[in-house]
Amino acid sequence: MTEIQANQPVTDSTEAITGGPHLIALRDVGKHYGNVIALSDVTMDVDSGRVTCVLGDNGAGKSTLIKIIAGLHKHDAGTFSIMGQDRHLTSPREALDSGIAAVYQDLAVVSLMPIWRNFFLGSELRGKFGLLDVKKMKEVTKKELLEMGIDLRDVEQPIGTLSGGERQCVAIARAVYFGAKALILDEPTAALGVKQSGVVLKYILRARDRGLGVIFITHNPHHAFPVGDRFLLLRRGKSIGYFEKDDITLPELTAMMAGGAELEELAHELEEVGGQGARIQEIRAAEVEAPIVH
Amino acid sequence: MATLTAVNVSDERVVARGRVRKLLGRPEIGAIVGAVAIFAFFAIIAPVFTHADAVATILYGSSTIGIMAVGVSLLMIGGEFDLSAGVGVISSSLTASLFAWYFSTNIWVGVGLALVFSLGVGFINGWILIKTKLPSFIVTLASFLMLTGLNLAVTRLVSGGVSSQDVSQLAGFKLAQTIFAAQIPIFGTPVYITVFIWIGLVAVASLILLRTRVGNWIFASGGDENAARAVGVPVVKTKIGLFMGVGFCAWIAGMHNLFAFNVVQSGEGVGNEFLYIIAAVIGGCLLTGGYGSAIGGAIGALIFGMANKGIVYAQWNPDWFKFFLGLMLLLATIINLIVKRRAEQK
Repeated sequence: MTEIQANQPVTDSTEAITGGPHLIALRDVGKHYGNVIALSDVTMDVDSGRVTCVLGDNGAGKSTLIKIIAGLHKHDAGTFSIMGQDRHLTSPREALDSGIAAVYQDLAVVSLMPIWRNFFLGSELRGKFGLLDVKKMKEVTKKELLEMGIDLRDVEQPIGTLSGGERQCVAIARAVYFGAKALILDEPTAALGVKQSGVVLKYILRARDRGLGVIFITHNPHHAFPVGDRFLLLRRGKSIGYFEKDDITLPELTAMMAGGAELEELAHELEEVGGQGARIQEIRAAEVEAPIVH
Repeated sequence: MATLTAVNVSDERVVARGRVRKLLGRPEIGAIVGAVAIFAFFAIIAPVFTHADAVATILYGSSTIGIMAVGVSLLMIGGEFDLSAGVGVISSSLTASLFAWYFSTNIWVGVGLALVFSLGVGFINGWILIKTKLPSFIVTLASFLMLTGLNLAVTRLVSGGVSSQDVSQLAGFKLAQTIFAAQIPIFGTPVYITVFIWIGLVAVASLILLRTRVGNWIFASGGDENAARAVGVPVVKTKIGLFMGVGFCAWIAGMHNLFAFNVVQSGEGVGNEFLYIIAAVIGGCLLTGGYGSAIGGAIGALIFGMANKGIVYAQWNPDWFKFFLGLMLLLATIINLIVKRRAEQK
């Protein structure tokens, strides 16, 4: 592992490489709840057509970070800019109006409601006399989902009858249709099996190809690496690294995620109680030396 | 990516699900089957059951429950209960009659005040629910007790008895009675106006539920509150609005109660809240919210009315009524459950 320095932003300016401002740019952002520091000195960028991955274990500060970006919490240190403008978001609605949509793993959809009602929930199309334009809504739902590669027989069926991966995808398609410029995906693959995760990763790339800036939150480097363009690693509320894809390999990412130093400590502790601590170090060394294809 | 040609034409795979399946997927189907069965049953054992007079009586009985069941069904689809709905009706009648009688005003002043009062009770129920995040069972149980006490105590303070004074001599009474308690002859059989108000309310509620933005919000607030909030649904407003909707229905039922009898018994209404909930549940509204229909609640009320009067026409001892009501509730919910599971199978 070379040339990796913690807290080193890829670029210091809030300008994207293309010249315009970043879609979203965070500079040394911090947040504390009372005297607990939940997040400090986080720097990251999100650009159109690129996927920024945020990796970290439980309690690393991932949720705090997305809550700031999604408008649920206000940051209290550093700067948070959208399209080059300094912002302090006060509500999810304000974030939505600024083009930032969040798709949460467990609260993406209302399972008893038909797919088309879910698709337009909160942003219903209305026709004559303010009544719902049901026909149009059904057509749009079917068309948009087909463009994301989901071919449904009937948009009238309750969304609960879809698989977990498909439900996430409906939520993603919905955000794309309603003009989101940046999409926050909170652990979309966490509760899914291998195959379903693959489906979701595919839709992340579809969303990226449609020009969205994607923020992909995960604790699985094997999910992040194939789709990500940038990687922000968090631990205990601090950034422990921020890399462009060219600057890091999957084994390095995995090693950092697993927490290099911590893993060695764990190895020692296991030795002491009679476990095979040495094995952990061997496996780790092997991973770094010769990348394993997962 | 699949071709886009399949989008606009109806998908041939949809047919596989079948029209019958689709019909069975409707929330009120179990109630319709039950209503037909009960109608057939009483029509056979008590021939008088199908006479015009009897039908008018049954419809009237159903409408007094049904008007409230509209508001309660919507509230249940929105994921909440209202145990204060039964006494709320009496509170509304008492507000109108006691105020207008005590201050000798035009009865319409009382009617207007009662509307404000009923909507206010709904608003407070909803507001406390949202602010405290307590379950609606507790919040409305508390308001049920408070309203029960208020009804008795305020009536005794104002009129000195357990019932309100007769308001039929007050100005504006005739018009109010025409609007809330008239009997309209249909093919020679007088039918209470509440039947038509009931049908109108069901139509409006169905339109709101299925064809407006608010309807979508009601389903979402009851189905998954957090998901709804996350996509920008105003859950707080929706829920408070639903409680106020129950208040509005309580006002209509309360005004009928007042103008049909001229006096109001302050201890009435207790226990009726369960009848409204039973009607909604028999009609296919899920206790947990997010599923149901206004028409279902209406059919539930109709089943109630048929069984209630049917037992009388069949010349059975009315003591049996509650037993049958319980049995029907059980059967209807089981049928709903089975039908719903069938329909959801792909």
